[in-house]
Amino acid sequence: MPDEIVISAQEMVKRFKVRGATVCAVDHISLEVKRGETFGLIGPDGAGKSTTIRVILGLLRRDEGRSSVLGFDSMRDVYSIREHSGYIAQQFTLPADLTVMENLRFFADLHGIPKNQQKHNLAELLKFAGLSGFTSRPAGRLSGGMKKKLALACSLIHQPQVVLLDEPTLGVDPVSRREFWNLLGNLRAEKGLTIFVCTPYMDEAERCNQVGLVYKGRLIARDTPAGIKKMVRGRLLEFKPSKFVPARELMAGMAGVLEVQTYGAMLHIFVDDVQRRQIQIENALGAQGIEWSGMRVIEPRMEEAFISLVTRQEAVDKNGE
Amino acid sequence: MLKSFQRLWALFIKELTQILRDRRTLVLFFLLPLIELFLFAYAISLTVTHLPTAVVDQSLSLDSRNFMRALVNSGNFELTVMLQNEDQVLQAIDSGTVKAGVVIPHDFSGQVLRGKASVLMLLDGSDSFSVVSGYNAALSIAQRYSLDLAAELVQTGSSPQAFNPQVAGLPISTVTRVLYNPDITDLVFILPGLIALIMQIIVVTHSALSIVRERESGTLEQLLSTPARPFEVVIGKLVPGMLVAILDMAVILAIGVYWFHVPFQGSLLTLAGLAIIFIISGMGLGLVISAIARTQRQAQQFTTVIQLLAMLLTGFIYPRTTMPLWTRIIGNLIPMTYFVRVIRGIMTKGVSLNFLWTDSLTLVVYASIALAIAAALSKKRLD
Repeated sequence: MPDEIVISAQEMVKRFKVRGATVCAVDHISLEVKRGETFGLIGPDGAGKSTTIRVILGLLRRDEGRSSVLGFDSMRDVYSIREHSGYIAQQFTLPADLTVMENLRFFADLHGIPKNQQKHNLAELLKFAGLSGFTSRPAGRLSGGMKKKLALACSLIHQPQVVLLDEPTLGVDPVSRREFWNLLGNLRAEKGLTIFVCTPYMDEAERCNQVGLVYKGRLIARDTPAGIKKMVRGRLLEFKPSKFVPARELMAGMAGVLEVQTYGAMLHIFVDDVQRRQIQIENALGAQGIEWSGMRVIEPRMEEAFISLVTRQEAVDKNGE
Repeated sequence: MLKSFQRLWALFIKELTQILRDRRTLVLFFLLPLIELFLFAYAISLTVTHLPTAVVDQSLSLDSRNFMRALVNSGNFELTVMLQNEDQVLQAIDSGTVKAGVVIPHDFSGQVLRGKASVLMLLDGSDSFSVVSGYNAALSIAQRYSLDLAAELVQTGSSPQAFNPQVAGLPISTVTRVLYNPDITDLVFILPGLIALIMQIIVVTHSALSIVRERESGTLEQLLSTPARPFEVVIGKLVPGMLVAILDMAVILAIGVYWFHVPFQGSLLTLAGLAIIFIISGMGLGLVISAIARTQRQAQQFTTVIQLLAMLLTGFIYPRTTMPLWTRIIGNLIPMTYFVRVIRGIMTKGVSLNFLWTDSLTLVVYASIALAIAAALSKKRLD
């Protein structure tokens, strides 16, 4: 059943009480993840990504709506969910004074895997995670990347059909991040694992089949990465001005410019019509005595799309108030 | 069921491994108790000898001189000055030149004959060790002295009556101590309380800190995301701490009895049983701290406060009977208060459960509340 829905949330709400006031951390979020899909939840810090994942897993109480994993209700069937899914918490630290092997055995026992099966399973997992040579090293003395791989191995020990990962590569170097995602890719390809991942990294979001963009507890966009990028209005012009701040201010007030983003020393200008606006921009810059280089049209990446969608939502919220 | 056991076992082994690998916990659990034991045994003395004493002898009789000689011969008192009246003694104590004063009345000899002798003892209340120590010494001397007197009086045909030193406002409980610990050997008094104190430190610190640590580092969330049931997580954490506390009790008890020859009069089995109930009570206290404290640092501060209160208010060193009601009420909230009496009763007096049932029952109630708290705190969710 390739279309089977593995993770589902309908109008899910989670509120927190913070110093007397009630904050809506998850505000009527609805989403569906099909079997074998990789779903990426992206959004600014504090948008409610972790809370969403925790409510779905039944680690936090749900205030409204429905949510389930593998058909098990997040609130009612917590232990069924926990038996059939893997989870890496955001600040997941393994017991640091236990060795790699002890950690794996510990989690294997927690999942009730018979001892005679463990030997085979653990060896396979160690090989998969590239940790075979480090079995007797304490988890606390592994490198950041290896820790994450061990965490992944621990969450896969009971061969779950779905894993939920909360910013699993936070604070890990780019090479290790790539390795980690290659492991996930293998799992997806070989075992058809369903993956739900929260990530602050846009390149990771590009690797997902589906992306959900969370902003202030609301899911403001949900589509394929390509679909998300198409939501951006206009075309994107990139150039490097000689005077950054005056150029940016000049662009912001110009007719036909939809949005201005900064990207290092570059300016990213969303315009309604490239042919017309490029000449207009070049003329305007020239009139102000600002030089430029590398003027070109680029395809918006996830990052530009993300900033654009969040900025647009901010504007909508402001007008609404 | 089988899986539940496998999970419990895994959690237990994990906790035990972590205790054994963490050098700081090891020091706290095994070295600190020994250091405290030897410090109390060799370095710290609660009895005061050669207490500078002022004497007002208004009787100037053979009897009064005999009594004074007995005081000096005990080694506890040193007669530093002879004064005329009570007021001068008070001045001497106020100025700090003496710590104690003895006033022997005019008709001391006559009182002795009538078997109803009394002397006035004045003690420097600002120095509680001197007070307790001096009082105990004077009392035991007076008792011994009165026994001699009584024997004499019996020969002359009068009825034997006890010597009656009037020391206003001093505690009754010290009388008990003198009764069961006639030589006031400190360790006999200290050791049972020390065992209780050390066990409580270990149990409260371990149960509070280990849970706060798991929560703070995020491992608790990770444990909750596995099929491990919350109460399994709590039990798996607490049982190793319980074992360590029992092991410590055995070690200190063995050293105390075989090395320092502290008498053990009662039943080891009764003690072990009540010790387990005491441990569970202490764990409850630790769990309450773990629920209040947000960080390990806060948990550490809470446990330190509890230990300080336990040192002062549970009757470990300072007698509870002299305390005002409100400090006694605070002391009553600490399980050690009850266990100090229990372990002293069993070790020093050798009494059975019949005499300890109020304290034992209180511990059982305390432990039941502790278990209820543990159950209430083992939630399957984070909020």
